[in-house]
Amino acid sequence: MKFALFTGCVSQGATRELMVSTKKAAEGLGIEFVEMKSAACCGAGVVGEKSPMLADALNARTFAIAEKQGLDLVTICSTCQGVLKKTECNLKSDPEYMKKINHILSEGGHQYDGEKSRIKHFANILATDEGMKRLRERIKRPLTGLKVAAFYGCYVLRPSKLSDFDNPDNPTGMEDIFAALGATPVYYESRTKCCGFPIVMMNKKASLDMAGNALVDAIESGADCVVTGCPLCHLNLDSYQPEIEKLLEKKYHIPILHLPQLVALALGYSPKDLDMDKHIVSTLNVKRKLQPVG
Amino acid sequence: MTTFRIKRYNPEKQPEPYYEDFQLDIPDGSTLLDCINLIKWKQDGSLTYRMSCRSAICGSCGMKVNGRAILACQRQAVSQVDKDDTVTIEPLGNMQPIKDLVVDFEPFWEKVHKVKPYLQTNEQPPEKERQQAPEQFRLIDDSSTCIMCGNCYSDCNVLEVDDNFLGPAALAKAQRFVSDSRDEKTLERVTELSEPGGIWDCTHCGECVERCPKPAEPFYRIKEIMTVALEQGVHNNNGARHALSFANSVKASGRLNENRIPVESVGIFNIKGLMDLIPIGIRMLLKRKIPPIFHKSIDDVKDVKRIFKELGQ
Repeated sequence: MKFALFTGCVSQGATRELMVSTKKAAEGLGIEFVEMKSAACCGAGVVGEKSPMLADALNARTFAIAEKQGLDLVTICSTCQGVLKKTECNLKSDPEYMKKINHILSEGGHQYDGEKSRIKHFANILATDEGMKRLRERIKRPLTGLKVAAFYGCYVLRPSKLSDFDNPDNPTGMEDIFAALGATPVYYESRTKCCGFPIVMMNKKASLDMAGNALVDAIESGADCVVTGCPLCHLNLDSYQPEIEKLLEKKYHIPILHLPQLVALALGYSPKDLDMDKHIVSTLNVKRKLQPVG
Repeated sequence: MTTFRIKRYNPEKQPEPYYEDFQLDIPDGSTLLDCINLIKWKQDGSLTYRMSCRSAICGSCGMKVNGRAILACQRQAVSQVDKDDTVTIEPLGNMQPIKDLVVDFEPFWEKVHKVKPYLQTNEQPPEKERQQAPEQFRLIDDSSTCIMCGNCYSDCNVLEVDDNFLGPAALAKAQRFVSDSRDEKTLERVTELSEPGGIWDCTHCGECVERCPKPAEPFYRIKEIMTVALEQGVHNNNGARHALSFANSVKASGRLNENRIPVESVGIFNIKGLMDLIPIGIRMLLKRKIPPIFHKSIDDVKDVKRIFKELGQ
């Protein structure tokens, strides 16, 4: 399995542990990632607020780079995933628009064909038959006894016509991965909700209330940790957790892991290998539940 | 037999809502609304809900089915049956129940009225109609399909925590006039819509797109208002500053500069806003989660800059 890796910006910055653990997980699974070093930021839907066409042109350029590499593109961020998929949909549904965008790209030596590369989230490549087979074959430390709550991130689910999950209202892809790793999936209502991160700068109270409600739901459902496929969700749920505690006047303590961290733990990597000491919320209760590597 | 688990509420008899199960053989080809009608007509005449057209035009029969807002007349009943042969039906969310599945739409309508959902012009009306070219109408075609069913309002993630948010339906209605070539109050509209509770409080969750039974898809309409607000120079708020900072950062380096965006979003002269950033900044610093001080560009950033220039950005 070989893919073009669209890292996204946050995994290179505030959540560098995501990039570290993605590389470990890939190494452990025998997946080859070719980093797309000349790909621009997806725009997170925000560049599109300034100019929808600009956002689509930048993302089409990214697709053209993946096509040139002859590889499917893999994201490790739900937001990147959703934004790239929206551009793909905009271009493929309007041949005239695609022609205009390709005209803009041509001067930089890029052309987007539309058929040579697919966009996949890391969770979606694991949730395939091949991905699950690899997971099961290479597990060195089943995560037995660890109760894990998924937090999907809006953009991999909605709008459903852009989602790779069979049922975006009631997805099971991440929970299926947890089960394959030997962990116990925790199903709770807020797992498909918004973490509130996009409005943390505009309406902080609402943003942290959203994150807090999801955390309470996960804790009350018995989870030991929350695992997310989106570094922006990670930022709101982990980095702001001390402020959420104050706001909702409740004591919380639930570690938030990136999906590749959980996968790599089961593949035998140590929490230190995966920079789990760099989280704002201590990951000690996850470490305590880990079995020795077999 | 399928179980229809319906949330009942009648404050005249009992202060707390409760669930009541009804058993029904779903007749072939029947919609969910057909089944609810059968339950009312044959089993319990006191079951209360709104309905009218039965063809997804009037928007009356919005309700939560298995936790998500839908129009009961728009779905085949069998498609809503879960693995336990049950359909769970509840009133729409984010609004107060009045009786059974009927909720109080008053706050919803107040917000729709707040966006001034009518043409505003500076001149006297012409003798005949105000005309539009097809390409001008296309800009408001999707939002004009909204049937005000309230499904988007029911499942909006922001409204669950903040009643002050105008909500997706009112904002989609606002786009209907912001982008109308005949309206002459665009700047006033986007200025008001940029205030707290307006467009920049939308959390991008896409839930409203998912629940919308028509092509109105409010989230995309909200994004369209944002673009107009930025074009009109309404920049004096965190949402607009955030978008501008984000775009400038990508223009300069091809990627997001996470150190600059919080500061530029709150405004570099906003002392209180900057002070609010300090606790999270220190927390991140102590855990070495601060993005690199020397922001690195992507390879071939020149090409990205060229695209910005070519599109006049």
